[in-house]
Amino acid sequence: MSADAVSREVSPVLLLGEVAVGDRLPELAYEVTATTVVLGALASRDWRPMHHDKDFAVDRNGTRDIFLNTPNQAAWFERYLTDWTGPHGRLGRMTFRMLGSVFPGDTMVLSGVVDEVTVDDQGCGWVGVDVTLSVGDDVKTTCDARVAVPVDPTDNPWRRTSARWHP
Amino acid sequence: MTSTTDTVAEVRALVGVAQYEESGDFPVERGYIWTTCASVENGNPLFWDDDVARAVTGGLIAPPTMLSVWFRPHHWAPGRTAPHLPLQIHFDLKERLGLPEAVMSDNTIVFHEPVRPGDVLATRQILRSVSDEKTTKLGTGRFWVIDVEYTNQDGAVVGVESYTGFGYRRPAADPPAPAS
Repeated sequence: MSADAVSREVSPVLLLGEVAVGDRLPELAYEVTATTVVLGALASRDWRPMHHDKDFAVDRNGTRDIFLNTPNQAAWFERYLTDWTGPHGRLGRMTFRMLGSVFPGDTMVLSGVVDEVTVDDQGCGWVGVDVTLSVGDDVKTTCDARVAVPVDPTDNPWRRTSARWHP
Repeated sequence: MTSTTDTVAEVRALVGVAQYEESGDFPVERGYIWTTCASVENGNPLFWDDDVARAVTGGLIAPPTMLSVWFRPHHWAPGRTAPHLPLQIHFDLKERLGLPEAVMSDNTIVFHEPVRPGDVLATRQILRSVSDEKTTKLGTGRFWVIDVEYTNQDGAVVGVESYTGFGYRRPAADPPAPAS
């Protein structure tokens, strides 16, 4: 057999049976700096000045500093969820509610609680997670996420094409 | 200005109609995938280890939440004319219904076929609903739902973003207090 790794097996990290409603995901704390905000804005091609120019943010937006943009927060939520599920976790949907801004100097904390565990009529396993991004006691953004995880070690949500994928 | 029954009917006639179809300026590319992963320290091996990507997702993919990134233009391009505003329908509705203020209350992204490096995506905006007039703490106006659909070069839907907007007029200011 060839040594080439094309057929390498990758085992799922998290299976549906290991998850229950009420489970808490491990928290992620991150010290936000100006670099975090600017890098996140440029990574999402968001050139609007309130995400890189403090004078503009203060004088024109009336905020105390530049702040994390929405698309980059989506990327933080994705990373938080797939750190937990591993690479087999496949996002189905996310609903965001923006409640406040995240600034340099803030320690943002992502936390999540499982609020649904189901199997759809195509046999796809789904986990609902209520994710919160907070700074201190203030909730800044909430994200209701639905992510597919394998129902057994041979299942892989990424193999589902349109007819069998109902996010 | 108050929107007339005719204007509302005209606006509602656009429900379900695809508008502002656009093609992405650039194919989906790995450099931006790595920049995005680096910005949030995302070590998911799907984006860094080609063998894992082949085994799990049948080849390289982009992070699903990068969907809208592929439609934000670079800061400059030679000879470029101004692109449509993202969510142009939202601004159209404000103007046509005479509602000077607007907020987005929430947004949902639904992920369909994976987006892969080399894909050239297209987008279109579809108005889904316009409510009757409602009064909230902000003022009096209307809620609307706009979908932004993304498809790949094979016509497969890769994702849909839905935005709920509320366009409104602020309540009339209290009459000024008499000078003392």
